[in-house]
Amino acid sequence: MKNPSLFGKTLAEIEEIVASLGAPAFTARQIAEWIYKKHITQFDAMTNLPKSLRHQLAQGYSIELSTAVKVQTSVDGTKKYLYPSTGHTFIETAYIPEGKRATLCVSSQVGCKMGCLFCMTGKQGFQGQLSTGEIIHQIRSLPERETLSNIVFMGMGEPFDNLENVMKSCEILTADWGYGWSPKRITVSTIGIIPAMKTFIENSSCHLAVSMHTPFHAERKKIMPIENVYPIQAVVDLLRRYDLGKQRRLSFEYIMFKDFNDSNRHIQGISRLLHGMRCRINLIRFHPIPNSPLASASEERIQQFREGLVSKGFRTTIRASRGEDILAACGLLSTKELVKTQAPDF
Amino acid sequence: MRNTLIMDAGLVDFIEKLPLSKQIVTHIELLRKGVYMLHFLRTADFLPGQVVAISTDLSVPPRLYSICSGEQDEKLSVLFNLKSDGLLTPKLAQLSQGDPVWISTPFGAFLGDDQPAWWIAAGTGIAPFRSMMRSGMANGKTVIHGGRSADSFYFQNEFLSTFGENYIRCCSGEHAEGLYHGRLTQWMQEQDRLSKDQTYYLCGSAEMVVEVRDILIEKEIPIDKIMSEIYF
Repeated sequence: MKNPSLFGKTLAEIEEIVASLGAPAFTARQIAEWIYKKHITQFDAMTNLPKSLRHQLAQGYSIELSTAVKVQTSVDGTKKYLYPSTGHTFIETAYIPEGKRATLCVSSQVGCKMGCLFCMTGKQGFQGQLSTGEIIHQIRSLPERETLSNIVFMGMGEPFDNLENVMKSCEILTADWGYGWSPKRITVSTIGIIPAMKTFIENSSCHLAVSMHTPFHAERKKIMPIENVYPIQAVVDLLRRYDLGKQRRLSFEYIMFKDFNDSNRHIQGISRLLHGMRCRINLIRFHPIPNSPLASASEERIQQFREGLVSKGFRTTIRASRGEDILAACGLLSTKELVKTQAPDF
Repeated sequence: MRNTLIMDAGLVDFIEKLPLSKQIVTHIELLRKGVYMLHFLRTADFLPGQVVAISTDLSVPPRLYSICSGEQDEKLSVLFNLKSDGLLTPKLAQLSQGDPVWISTPFGAFLGDDQPAWWIAAGTGIAPFRSMMRSGMANGKTVIHGGRSADSFYFQNEFLSTFGENYIRCCSGEHAEGLYHGRLTQWMQEQDRLSKDQTYYLCGSAEMVVEVRDILIEKEIPIDKIMSEIYF
């Protein structure tokens, strides 16, 4: 049986491990720094640890990393990496270079339970949670890691349905014993699972993005089943209770669907819903998926919609579509074809 | 004494409803291996189709469960599947009469009505439809329930006596009298005259809901007529 990996452990977890091995507490920080700052993959390389401790660690743990099993490159330079997860499942990660910036779109689950009508990941159902190590590994093993300027949790899965591991990932990414990233370079996106979102806001400094897609309850229910239990109005009500400060960004994601959520009535609805909030709105082109009754709004309409929101005082951007030809664009990540599913219960 | 709640489909004052309060388990039933029905003293009104958040103690994050009792029933009941690697359900399965649990007031907007409609469920996804049935919303409904084995059709006697031929049990893993042998999705695919005027309520796992929704869309059912509740 394979030894458990230390990769993906927080400092507190490593402290517990070293205590169980009878080693001094300060060695935990040394180990964390070897793994996350110096990127070593062999315990023997931890040269400031006693040889006996290195031996103990090697007997009971591992820090080996797997590599991506497949890479696809888009005509626009976007790359999609395929990583193995547990149980013969796979996840996808999108690397998106753009001028001097480069963003990595990481996954938090294999598949997704949320069933949004417009999302390809949702069509494969849910196969499992990613461990903290599997989340961090998407960054650690990226060949272009040194070029990254931003990390967004917008890949496969709903991050707040795997809150514990996402929170630990953010901790490892931002801690001084970890990767030392500024939390301002990390955005976690959610459809609005309220209790988890509350925990995240209160215990993290990373940016938050909320998938809105329509300001109206009855409409949102049609495309996002989560609206039944965590309605967008309640999500916004909760967000209004917090002062996120000037350093922390709150954004709302809005995929533009033709004749569904692209009218002037929707501009009014968004304006009422977000009135007085300091936030950004990101308009996203819809990338059609098979068997979808939805279509993308026209470029002209998206521009008009943006201007309408700007005139209401909202900072509004239109997200560039990247990696569409390799199915790496927003809403297109899926490993359904690679999933070996058990017999379903229906 | 019941609290009076504004029935607001979960929107107004939603956040104030999230805090959990202590309730007492009146009894727990094992419906089949790994599937339980948990009953509590009822202290709040609810709308059929709503959910409650439940935890055994405040150290375990609460999870949402559809209410499966009727709005006139004395007890409030939920169904749950035991997940052996889960944090909460192994603890729920250990509960017995008199034990405390933490529970929210009911909320949610997966609400039924008395119009003709289809209720489509897999496994414990039948829970909200039992609540609707027991709350006087059975008229004009067709119920499709999918399960792997013949003992997956919880409350089948109640559904059979209420809906008769309009209650279809799709059993993918076994042959048995009165059951359609095959997956629920297969049964749905075979239907060539689905009403475009009725609403289709779907409840269960993401896999089931997404597959059935795709079938309905292929059969040109407008998305306005599809209501989904996914267990997550």
